[in-house]
Amino acid sequence: MKLVTAVIKPFKLDEVRAALLAFGVQGMTVSESSGYGRQRGHTEVYRGAEYTVELLPKIRIEILVDAEDADDVIDVIVRAARTGKIGDGKVWAVPVENVVRVRTGERGPEAL
Amino acid sequence: MDEVLELAPGDTAWLLVSASLVLLMTPGLAFFYGGMTRSKSVLNMMMMSFGAIGVVGVVYVLWGYSMSFGTDAFGEGTAGIWGDPFEFWALNGLLPGTDEADPYALSNSLLTGIPAIVVVGFQMTFAIITVALISGSIADRVKFSTWLVFTGAWVSLVYFGLAHMVWGGGLLSGDGPFGSMFTDIAPIDFAGGTVVHINAGVAGLVLALIIGKRRGFGKEPMRPHNLTLVMLGAGLLWFGWFGFNAGSAGAADGLAGLAWVNTTVATAAAMIGWLIVERLRDGHATSLGAASGVVAGLVAITPAAGALSPVGSIFLGLIAGALCALAVSLKFKLGYDDSLDVVGVHLVGGLVGTVLIGLFATETGLFYGGGIGQLVVQILVALVAIVFSGVLTLIIGLILKVTMGWRVTADDEVEGIDITQHGESAYDLDPTASGSGASGVLANATKKQGAQA
Repeated sequence: MKLVTAVIKPFKLDEVRAALLAFGVQGMTVSESSGYGRQRGHTEVYRGAEYTVELLPKIRIEILVDAEDADDVIDVIVRAARTGKIGDGKVWAVPVENVVRVRTGERGPEAL
Repeated sequence: MDEVLELAPGDTAWLLVSASLVLLMTPGLAFFYGGMTRSKSVLNMMMMSFGAIGVVGVVYVLWGYSMSFGTDAFGEGTAGIWGDPFEFWALNGLLPGTDEADPYALSNSLLTGIPAIVVVGFQMTFAIITVALISGSIADRVKFSTWLVFTGAWVSLVYFGLAHMVWGGGLLSGDGPFGSMFTDIAPIDFAGGTVVHINAGVAGLVLALIIGKRRGFGKEPMRPHNLTLVMLGAGLLWFGWFGFNAGSAGAADGLAGLAWVNTTVATAAAMIGWLIVERLRDGHATSLGAASGVVAGLVAITPAAGALSPVGSIFLGLIAGALCALAVSLKFKLGYDDSLDVVGVHLVGGLVGTVLIGLFATETGLFYGGGIGQLVVQILVALVAIVFSGVLTLIIGLILKVTMGWRVTADDEVEGIDITQHGESAYDLDPTASGSGASGVLANATKKQGAQA
């Protein structure tokens, strides 16, 4: 089992979600997050005073998948989330030791 | 009294409506200022305006009106600075129905045909908004208790003083020394450029200097947390300002109509003036700039609303909007933290309006062949207002600094003045976010664990 985590631009969430649903992903956890990569933040001007906003709003998606699906899921996310401009985000996968479905107590791949 | 005093129902109705409009400006100001603060201090910012309504509303009825419009406190022909606080104490002699021959107390009224008690209500709302305006310069860092004491002391000594000088037949009125400098020229302050805006602007500057900067000023970003609130507040202020300016005609007549139209075109032009400066200087025409330009225009036209033509008002508005847009950067160059630009908008806007009357007034202005007299008188009156407000605010501010103290503690200020001064947080949008208010489920869970430990 693997945990795929994606940090993407907020307005891309609907496209990514639809693409994952079409691929067959059953569920996900989505949270609002903020951060920056090589693009750094941006500047805003209020009454002539310039502020550097260093942390930009992002969406973080977490999905638990079978190990053999992980690369495909990553591809689906990358295709849907890409705009080609700076700040598109990152996707990565890490191995997961165990998963338990809270309602039934199922463990391992059955709980996915 | 031989003349027959007759009630003017139409004028009375308009003044009651105007008073209600002007009162609405103070909650409007609370939105305008509140949106510009950080989210951890919006409630305190709004409470400073509401607190001003509380204190000044009470004070005005007891001695405020009397100190503004009573006869000179120290006898006829003396300083002409304050009115006698006891002449109309608790509105004695101004209430309707107490005198059978004059059931509306019209003989004691400032305005022909309008019951004295209606004028009291109208004038009260001006005192309230003026004090509330000051709060913008000292956002995020002041004890609420000290602010309330300040509002009572300041409105009594400074506001009622200037109101008496300008509108109550005192030092800066047509009856004073500046009224007799030139033949047929009296100082013009239609609705409160000196009494309200220069006054509040100077007081804001003095308090910002006494109280000091917000922690992190100039280093941390302190951007406005909700610009839609700012736009809403600007809209409410504009709406209420019709009562302020057109109501100051004192009747439902052509002068009121002129003031209404001048108020609108000057404000429209000022918004454009501000946006042009922003577009050229910063690259964008912003919503905060539009809202600020609106207020700058409203401020500038306030003293001039009855004395200019609508075309003159357009020029006044453009100049005011552009100058105020440039003036708001001064605080960074000079290093004082006038948090929400009370100086840049109200002092500068009030000065622009008050002084330019000397050029644009259709009857006496320099551009209309009236000579230099009006301009000189307007500048002198503005200077007296600046000195009077500056000195007295300095004294009141310093006394409060050594007695009650102005600042909340450093920790309280950093954590957020809403939660530490009022025990509330403004927003609960994300149930898991602890934010500055520490109100979410995660915060509660943490608290419970702490209690068990």
